[in-house]
Amino acid sequence: MPPSPPVPHTLAAVGLSLGYDSRRIIDDLDLELPSGRITVIVGANASGKSTLLRGLARLLRPESGVVLLDGDDLFGLPGKRVATVVGLLPQHPVAPAGISVSDLVGRGRHPHQGWFGRWSGTDDAVVSAALAATDTLELSARRLEDLSGGQRQRVWIAMALAQDTDILLLDEPTTFLDVAHQLEVLDLLHERNRGEGTTIAMVLHDLNLAARYADHLVVLREGRILAQGDPRDVLTAAVVLDAFGLSARIIDDPVSGTPLIVPIGRFHDNHPRIS
Amino acid sequence: MNDDTAAAAVAAGMGVEALSADRSRRRRRSRRVCLALGGGILLMAVLSLSAGAYSIGPADLVRTLLGLGSGSENFIVLTLRLPRLVLALLAGAAFAVSGALFQGVLRNPLASPDILGVTGGASAAAVYGMLVLGFGGLATSLSAAAGAILVAAAIYLLAWRGGMAGSRFVLIGVGVAFMVQGFLGYLLTRADLRDAQYALTWLVGSVSGARWSDILTVAAGLAVLLPVVWALAGRLRMLQLGDDLATTLGVAAERSRLVLLGLAALLAAVATAAVGPLAFVAFVSGPIARRLLGDGRPALLPSAMVGVLVTLTADFAAQHLLPGGIQLPAGIVSGAIGAPYLLWLLATADTSGKGA
Ligand SMILES: Nc1ncnc2c1ncn2[C@@H]1O[C@H](COP(=O)(O)OP(=O)(O)OP(=O)(O)O)[C@@H](O)[C@H]1O
Ligand SMILES: [Mg+2]
Repeated sequence: MPPSPPVPHTLAAVGLSLGYDSRRIIDDLDLELPSGRITVIVGANASGKSTLLRGLARLLRPESGVVLLDGDDLFGLPGKRVATVVGLLPQHPVAPAGISVSDLVGRGRHPHQGWFGRWSGTDDAVVSAALAATDTLELSARRLEDLSGGQRQRVWIAMALAQDTDILLLDEPTTFLDVAHQLEVLDLLHERNRGEGTTIAMVLHDLNLAARYADHLVVLREGRILAQGDPRDVLTAAVVLDAFGLSARIIDDPVSGTPLIVPIGRFHDNHPRIS
Repeated sequence: MNDDTAAAAVAAGMGVEALSADRSRRRRRSRRVCLALGGGILLMAVLSLSAGAYSIGPADLVRTLLGLGSGSENFIVLTLRLPRLVLALLAGAAFAVSGALFQGVLRNPLASPDILGVTGGASAAAVYGMLVLGFGGLATSLSAAAGAILVAAAIYLLAWRGGMAGSRFVLIGVGVAFMVQGFLGYLLTRADLRDAQYALTWLVGSVSGARWSDILTVAAGLAVLLPVVWALAGRLRMLQLGDDLATTLGVAAERSRLVLLGLAALLAAVATAAVGPLAFVAFVSGPIARRLLGDGRPALLPSAMVGVLVTLTADFAAQHLLPGGIQLPAGIVSGAIGAPYLLWLLATADTSGKGA
């Protein structure tokens, strides 16, 4: 493998439209993932977040427009080459019955291996680092189906890490995780990003965590970008209302200083805002 | 570097050891399984070469196999029993690998060529060739291959909706299997009685009356198909993770699935043309092998060995173990083994139909 290039990889969508059976989900969207930064995509259910990630990861052919990896059309590049640069953890990954954790995480090494998949010392080192980073090392001999939902999710993240790509896309990596493990996983991704310059784009549902961990926040509504930029600028009460139909009050997160969204709802507003 | 990362580095170092320990444990287990299966196959091979109306002891058997037997021993072992054994061996392996491929690619234990009507398609085409067109050996094999590919392609096209779901493939396959059975029934009722009788024996699946020319056809088919399967086994491992992950990991999912299913259909066709649709060998071998290994790998080699063992055992039982000394085609016994497994699988399948 050549040493990682001095210039970071870039991934961008230009005029991208995606859909299923010609039902348009993502509509004429322009997005450039800032290289070496963390982008978080938020939006209501069915707003097209997963669809967008799938398009960026070459899983869905654009109806129009193009996704550019380092300026080249993603679909013009050999799949295995793309797989060494862009990784994706889908929202609902599947695995064969009986598979062991170490086997599963090891399969993340496929793009780096030759035709017959010869296993190397590097593979071992990367896989075990991924297991250690996700706190799943002691699960490595267990079967995936015997794990709890949260343990399983961490194993999937380990697999995505084992793919060792410069650009990593994750669709709701914190589902199934308890609060502590959510923060642990996000910290881990943050560390990965700051330490190795991995470009990360992920879908999160927790707006407060999104605001805290995002360098770049993208708010999606009905397949279009409603707002994007620094979370402090993007997350206003108006945007939250527009994207989620949710009234909320925005205050400063006392820990990180990033926006903290406090949803109002219909029943518990005992402290009407004085304004 | 803070304590956490240092600790993680230490843990990762230990991890490498744990991983390789893990791997050698898996390797030892799969070696043990293959050795046991190999032993079983050897035992069944010796038994089927020596047992019979004229039984031959192990010493005489070895002598005969070395070409030093008497005239009658030569005739019984080399002309009567050995071809039957070799044919059972090749066909069993072909069915088993075919089944393991179908089940692996479609991620569904019910997806095997005998249940999906792919074997049925091969049979129908072969019977059509035999009864209507008067085909001989090679032409029958070719029409069986055409039938299997045709049925597999039909199921594929019917099941494709901008993507492939294993469960839809299986449901449509089961439907197609019924249509193929109907067509077979039609052919048989229209045929003259003696021809129909002959076709029927063949349709049950039998390795009796094996000729070296049949064996050569199967062997040639396997010699072409198995190396390709072997080379593509890595893609099968990725396809097991579903299309999204497979694509993410650099495997062209749709194309790989098409190629692997094509190979699987051809393997089923080659075996069916030679011995008829040996019931359930394709269906049970992969799951048994995977259960023996206890992990999620496709296990093609162990599956093939299980297939061989099941076929040899079924044929031996059909010849020698039935009460009253009756002899039946091997397919009846393999069907009797496979059917309860099918019921068990259906009974324990979860609601998504993926099964145990
Ligand atoms: N495979 C598919 N076939 C057809 N339509 C689909 C498919 N996947 C998603 N859709 C549709 O596309 C739209 C957007 O779905 P998508 O999964 O991108 O939403 P999302 O923003 O990720 O939602 P969630 O927050 O619930 O994960 C939905 O209306 C959904 O019904
Ligand atoms: Mg989604």
